[in-house]
Amino acid sequence: MAAARSAAPRTGRNMEALLIVVAIGLAIGAYAMVGLAVNDALPPGMLGYGAGLGALALVLHLVVRKFAPYADPTLLPLAMLLNGLGLVMIHRVDLALGKGFLGSAAFKQLLWTTLAVVAATVIIVWLRDHRQLSRYTYSAMAGGLVLLLLPLVPFLGRTVNGARIWIFIGPFSFQPSEIAKILLTIFFAGYLVTARDSLSLAGRKVLWMQLPRAKDLGPLLTAWGVTLAVLVFERDLGTSLLFFGLFIGLLYIATERVSWVVLGMGLFLGGAFVATQLFSHVQGRVNYWLHPFREDMIDSSTQIVQGIFGMASGGLIGTGLGEGSPYGTTLSYSQSDMIFAALGEELGLAGLFAILLAFALIVERGLRTGIAARDGFGKLFATGLALSMALQVFVVVGGITRVIPLTGLTLPFMAAGGSSLLANWMIIAILLRISDSSRRPPTASEGPLFDLPFDELPDELKNDPEFQEDRRRLGGQENEPNSQGIPVGHSRASEDQHYRSADTEHGWDDQPGLDEPEWDNRPRTGGHQLGQNTRRRPDAPDYDQESAVNR
Amino acid sequence: MSELTLTLLRLGFLAVLWLLVLSVVAVLRRDLFNSAARRPAMAGAAPAPARGGGGRPPAQQEPPPPTHLVVTAGSLKGTTIPLGQAPILLGRAPESTLVLDDDFASGRHARLSLRHGVWMVEDLGSTNGTFLGRNRVQDPVPIAPGAQVRIGRTVLELRR
Repeated sequence: MAAARSAAPRTGRNMEALLIVVAIGLAIGAYAMVGLAVNDALPPGMLGYGAGLGALALVLHLVVRKFAPYADPTLLPLAMLLNGLGLVMIHRVDLALGKGFLGSAAFKQLLWTTLAVVAATVIIVWLRDHRQLSRYTYSAMAGGLVLLLLPLVPFLGRTVNGARIWIFIGPFSFQPSEIAKILLTIFFAGYLVTARDSLSLAGRKVLWMQLPRAKDLGPLLTAWGVTLAVLVFERDLGTSLLFFGLFIGLLYIATERVSWVVLGMGLFLGGAFVATQLFSHVQGRVNYWLHPFREDMIDSSTQIVQGIFGMASGGLIGTGLGEGSPYGTTLSYSQSDMIFAALGEELGLAGLFAILLAFALIVERGLRTGIAARDGFGKLFATGLALSMALQVFVVVGGITRVIPLTGLTLPFMAAGGSSLLANWMIIAILLRISDSSRRPPTASEGPLFDLPFDELPDELKNDPEFQEDRRRLGGQENEPNSQGIPVGHSRASEDQHYRSADTEHGWDDQPGLDEPEWDNRPRTGGHQLGQNTRRRPDAPDYDQESAVNR
Repeated sequence: MSELTLTLLRLGFLAVLWLLVLSVVAVLRRDLFNSAARRPAMAGAAPAPARGGGGRPPAQQEPPPPTHLVVTAGSLKGTTIPLGQAPILLGRAPESTLVLDDDFASGRHARLSLRHGVWMVEDLGSTNGTFLGRNRVQDPVPIAPGAQVRIGRTVLELRR
């Protein structure tokens, strides 16, 4: 067993570059296959499309290489792959709908991808330390709540397909809940890192669970109320599930108390049940989730049914890109909400599983980043970001595959939708930043890491004259072990004359020779010189001392 | 374009897609097992129980040397580390042998090392000190079997 050496740090940047090349190659290949299948010729825009995507990837890779060299090497290729495949699918539907290039959804998506990559670059360059964000815990909460509830403002928000989650400013539309996702994750992480002790330690034990105190329930109930408001007034089950799930998940991770999860799930299910009884639109969603094929439901459940038929016709390996019919009347919203079903039709179960695995890997890397993060805020923040992506994929894919009622969330990176793309690239950028700081080998010059500042030390210690003496003597210089990791044998033989057994004597500090010990290299022999090098702290905590000095 | 070519392209595309995803998994696997893979090599260089180890003077038969370092209090309570010949670095820094999750521990807090068959503890200039029993440790001090080494809120003992 040896002190683990910090071996030559491996950054993984070259592996990242290689994976990105393969990911971009796959996207270009997919683009070519669409062209071959639809027009029987290589698409003319292939080189331009490949060059555009490649340039974006190159910029991001170089920025990461320069500013976050130790960041996780797999996040970027995975996100690039999903984004590229999403673009191809959107383009494929554009072709089928006969849209011109400039008016097409794919072109818009490519513009948004560019914007999102710029945003990610800005985050990687400007956010040098993710802990800066913890200062804005409560501003983030306010901002997040405002964004979340913004679509409810008259004239600004508009109801689209039954859900009021969009805002329209002139010709531009935006889904503010996507950005709210990041802001509220900052708030949850910042809040829970300070509150977790009171949330996890206090409370009575009932059965096997430790129940929280009533007064600690405030934040949970607030989150629940906002969530229900979103569910009822914005008519969006997906967003409310996403935020409440995120909060409960982080609460559980911060406190390790199952009782929070049980309470939260109970509250959510209860609230959702009551909402189902009271509000017809929620009831409708549940009904056509449970009985999509019933004759009287088919008007509203068309989307789900189309998706199921599409995926069924895709089968195990799909119809092939460009050879299915995931568009128009066969599958509506196949560029946005239903893109997963469209991909399922053309890439089959094998393709869908690869895509789901790519999402799972992104989430795993996020959780891993959380585990490796060196500060509590970073841990919760990274975990929360990963959790939000996992929940979003679950809500979307679960809706399409009839695990939960269908709602209008977007599949991260793939579905057409600028706000979602922007938000998810920002999440990737933040995860890259956090993973860089957690994987970066500590530099020797940093000195003792994470020591408490003097002001935060316990008073007992601050008033200890010996401690003050030590501080003065050490003066911040680091005590570096020598290269073999084996200390030079030095003993304080000269002090033996002053010191007897340490636990029988007090007040060494006035003894001569203490602060300027005479070092010699005489090796010790045997294990029977216990105690002569130790000094007694006058106020040392009470210890079982049978063994401390026992000669 | 013939049906066959398209089918081959389709299968090829899926194959490459899976190849990419699986190679990401391979990268992660290397990432996960990286440190674990290096460890046995080191442990091999320093066989775990110190008994009968190379350069030790044969003098000491009684009592038998400790073979484990056990954390008896603190957040890592219950952790044991087998003792070999190599020194053990304790602290919050990730390169430590035992990475302490303790707010009162320094990055490089203390070191245990084997000298002439005796485990010694020394402080590495920590802010809050290392204690052997009730006594604050500065320079290498032998650890008696069963003695408690305290770092912040963490207490360690040597066990046989």
